[in-house]
Formats: sequence, C-alpha cells, structure tokens
Amino acid sequence: MYLYDQYDQAMVDARVAEFRDQAQRRLDGKLSEDQFKPLRLMNGLYLQLHAYMLRVAIPYGTLSSRQMHALADIADKYDRGYGHFTTRQNIQYNWIKLEEAADILADLAKVEMHAIQTSGNCIRNISSDHFAGAAADEVTDPRPYAELLRQWSSFHPEFAYLPRKFKICVIASDRDRAAMKLHDIGIQIVEKDGEMGAAFYVGGGMGRTPMIAPCIKDFVPLDRLVSYAEACLRVYNRYGRRDNKYKARIKILVHEMGADAYAKEVDEEFAHLLDQGVEPPFAELERIRTFFEDPAFAAAGADDEIDRSDPDFALWVDRNTHAHKADGYVSAVVSLKPVGGIPGDATAEQMHLMADLARDYSFDELRVMHTQNIVLPHVRKSDLHKLWTALDEAGLGTPNLDRIGDIIACPGLDYCSLANARSIPLAQKISQRFADNGKEETLGELKLKISGCINACGHHHAGHIGILGVDRKGTENYQLLLGGSEAEDTSLAKITGPGFTEDGVVDAIETVSDLYLSSRVEGERFIDTYRRIGMTPFKEALYG
Amino acid sequence: MIILTGNDLKSGAVVWWDGQSWSRHVNEAADVGDKAEEILAREEAARRVNVPYAIEAEKDANGVRPAHIKDRVRALGPTVRPDLTMKPADPAALDWVI
Repeated sequence: MYLYDQYDQAMVDARVAEFRDQAQRRLDGKLSEDQFKPLRLMNGLYLQLHAYMLRVAIPYGTLSSRQMHALADIADKYDRGYGHFTTRQNIQYNWIKLEEAADILADLAKVEMHAIQTSGNCIRNISSDHFAGAAADEVTDPRPYAELLRQWSSFHPEFAYLPRKFKICVIASDRDRAAMKLHDIGIQIVEKDGEMGAAFYVGGGMGRTPMIAPCIKDFVPLDRLVSYAEACLRVYNRYGRRDNKYKARIKILVHEMGADAYAKEVDEEFAHLLDQGVEPPFAELERIRTFFEDPAFAAAGADDEIDRSDPDFALWVDRNTHAHKADGYVSAVVSLKPVGGIPGDATAEQMHLMADLARDYSFDELRVMHTQNIVLPHVRKSDLHKLWTALDEAGLGTPNLDRIGDIIACPGLDYCSLANARSIPLAQKISQRFADNGKEETLGELKLKISGCINACGHHHAGHIGILGVDRKGTENYQLLLGGSEAEDTSLAKITGPGFTEDGVVDAIETVSDLYLSSRVEGERFIDTYRRIGMTPFKEALYG
Repeated sequence: MIILTGNDLKSGAVVWWDGQSWSRHVNEAADVGDKAEEILAREEAARRVNVPYAIEAEKDANGVRPAHIKDRVRALGPTVRPDLTMKPADPAALDWVI
C-alpha cells in the first residue's frame, strides 16, 4: 500500500483547513450557494435529494484495514450507519451535515484519505483492476502507475477546469476487469519484446453518448507515461468543447476529430513535451513501486487443499474466488449483493468486520470493485473456510459473483437529484425473482446493470442486460438493453424497444433469460448467445 | 396548489415553506399562490435554505402530495430504507410515493 509522504499529507491537511473556512463562511451567510457550490464540489460534497452527500476517493480501489475501519467510523459518527460503494471504486455517504463535513475530511486525512477531485471538471480518482497485484494473469501490478498518475493529476493546475470531468483507468492484463475502454483514458500496461510500456485508449465513456475508446498508441515507454498522458489532456483542454456540456467529454472530441487526427495532435504535443521536464524522475516511480511489493506469502503447503465437503462453502469458493499469482492463495470476493438487498451498501458493522478479516486473512488489504463488491486480495486457501464462515454469518457470503443477482445499480431516484427513476428497488426485485425461481445457477454468467438516468452511473450500456430508468410523463419507466460488455470484448448494449413498467421490466428480464436458456449451445454465456442469434428473437419474445 | 421546497443549509434536510418558516413535514406546506417568486427571492437572500424552488402539489384529506415523484421521494425519504424515512412505521407510505 502506498503511504503518504510529507508532501501528500501537507497537501491534504491544507485542503481540510481551507474547506473548513469555506464551509464556515457559507454557514455564516458570507457566501451564497452559487459561490459555495464549486468549492464544496471540489471536495466531493454534493447536495442530493435528502441531504448533502460526500464522495470519498479510494485510489485504484485499494484500502488498508485501518482505512476501512475509519470509513466505518465515519458511517457511524456522521452518517446513518452505512455507506455506499460506487461504480468508480469510491464510497459515498448519503446523510452528511454541512456543519460536520470539515470534521469528516479531517478524520479522513488522519488515515491518508480525502474527497478531493471526486467531483467537478477535473481528473477524477484513478481506477484499476480490483485484482491488481494478485491476479495470475497480469504482466505487472498496475497500481504503481495508477499512483504515479494520481500524484500527477492531484491539484494539476492546468487540468483543474477541463471542459468536463475526466476519468482514467489503468490495468495490466488482457482480461479487462475495470471497464478500461469505457474511460476517458484507458491505459493497459503491456509487455512488448521484453520491454514494458503502456497502450493508450482514449475517448471512451458511457453517459448519454456511449463510446468505446479507440487505441491511439499501442506502446508508450513507461518512462514517458506521464508526458504522454499530459499530451492527451493538453489536446483535449485545447480543443474540447466548452459551449455545450453534452458535447464536452473527450469522447466527442476524439469522435469528431477522428482517432487518427487526435492521435497526431497528441504526438505533436508529446514531442514538444519531451524536453519540457514534465516526466517525473524514474526514481520516483521506483520509490512508489516499493510500496506495492508482494506481501510475505507463505510457501505452498499440504494444507492448501480446499475441503469442499460443505456444499454451500464449495459453491462460494467456485463463484467468489479468483486465481492468484501465488501458489496456495486466491482473491476472495465479498458480495455486497445479498438477495433482495441494496447493491453496494455496507453497514458500519460490516465494514469493521471486513477490515478485521482483511487483517486476519489478507495482509491488511482490501479492494473496492467497480461492480460494488469488496475483494480480499490475498487469502490463503487454508483460511478460506474460516473467512467464508465469518462472512456468511454477517450476510456477506452470497455466492453470486457475475451472476444475475450481482447487479450494478446506481443510487437512482431514491437518493440522486439527477435520477429520473429508481434503480435499487428494481435490483432488489430482480435479485429476489431469480433467487426464488432458482434460475440464477442455470443462467451462469450474466451481468445486469441498472442506471436511473442517462448519465449511466449504473453502466447500463455495458450490461449483458442493461436497464435505463426514464421519466415518462411523471411516471417511472424502464428501457431494456441487451448485448453490452465492459470486459476485454467491450460492446455497447442496444435498446430492445418500448419501455416497461417496474414490474413489467422484471418480467421482461425473465423472458429474455428464458429465451437464452432455450437457445444457447454448449458453453455459451448469455452475451455469447445474444451475439450469435442477434436482437430479433429477443424482440419477438418481448413484444410479439 | 403551489408550494415551496428546498434543503436546509446546515443539515441538507428537505424542508417545506409553511407560511412562516421552513418545516420538515410536507403536510405543513403552505399554498403560496402567486407569491412564490417573492418568497423564494427573500428566503434565498436570507441564506438559510439551499436552492429553494416552487412546485405543484395537491391537497386532500390525507394531506399535501407533490405532483412529481421526485418531490414525493424527497418528502418521504428513500423508498428502499423505510426505517430512514419520515414515516418509518407506516407501511402505506411507499404507495403514497408511487
């Protein structure tokens, strides 16, 4: 885990003091809401439907036990005993008081955390593969590069007022577990002819105009990583539209310029930057790397065999663990999707428990997944049963990773001021329906994602099945989409046709999943069958 | 009827203009008729409430019901956490929102 140095800590502490003064001036009536709003948003403080909401950054989704305990304490002390893990590997608190916001930021600073750049038209929290540093299939741990970019992008004066928000993702395996091509910049660390470099995918995103990022550079030497990222941002900052917020994301610029023309501009800017001293010394990357060295894994032993005699445990192992690079270890996924539950919500007690279990079984480390679950990245196989038993007793042992019950859902109209329809109740009904009818097991991998508005925080464009909530003359209505993927085979889902009521869309999902079951051939997932047979049979089943 | 709503400056809680001040309870919302703009300007200047705005609502024997579902959710609280709403013990509250 990266640990703050004196500069990191000084920057964060100074920001807490600055915000405390700004908030007090607002409370004293010396600042209007128009004056205060951009200041609070720079510190992740939104005003949502029921209260202020604070979004806390979790860089590349990595947390220590100490930090998870601190997040639980904040939920207890300042909120209503729970938090919501988001699709960008962050956490949100829904019931924050302005009077206490600076105190929360001060508490976060004590554990090397903050809410800076979790809102506004700046470079947001850098996301990554939730199995980084543990996965058997990565070429290297991507997090040192994500950390380098975090430091580069934090308070970067040139990029504090971009045309629109900007999201960067860094991965290091051919398997994409982080929706890399659906970011403004997706970076894949690759190995080519024995040398490590970075492939840059630029101009992806979801929202009202979903686009898959094209690769504009297949290999940037790692000692030029920051310079190339800077060049990408500079070209966007220069040419990105500021006259229309709906046309302001970099995906629109890359699309309108054309990827080749954009890449040419970036190359020219990159050449210009090479002698400007933008790139940090390589020693800084080496310094960062030391924080991400492997923990002291035990040698593989005879007790690493998993006792599968308990069928519930065996099912959880099959569903919720992932291959690890070290013999005798796996990464274990803690599902925050109990049947009928609220996706991504965890109580303070559950957060404390996960922190304790990470301390006992995962070298003090946790990860937040963009799919709103938690990972204990380094669990010895011989500890799995003890881990599962503790999780199961706390309602955290649902064996549903990548199944239809493992639904991504944005907060929707229950919390969000931008939403047009509720997302969470729909997720609850679908999860319950497929638990009751027993089809979840049969369906296999099926990724379902729900957004309550066109902004697509619930990634509906990238769901094998996606649902978009819309406002139809004051009534909630739901469009159904099929065929999306945010994995290495990224694709954008297409709308099936006219929308449905809340209950109607739950029935519709059962209809399309039944068609899949009756149409699939050996080994096909839902997305494979959809791609083979196309939309037409699904439309016929839905609309006759 | 036309009623006014916003979020309390300190707590962010949803509040409703009751004719004299801001109440947490939508049933205490007053019909401001054609005075909405005047009251909103005055209250915004006083800086006690964030971004207050006027909405349409209906009033019957059961109380005041905002016309749009978003404001009904604001009035009650998150429908997925009845324990955190203004009516935690009322199983019919969700029907009022929908």
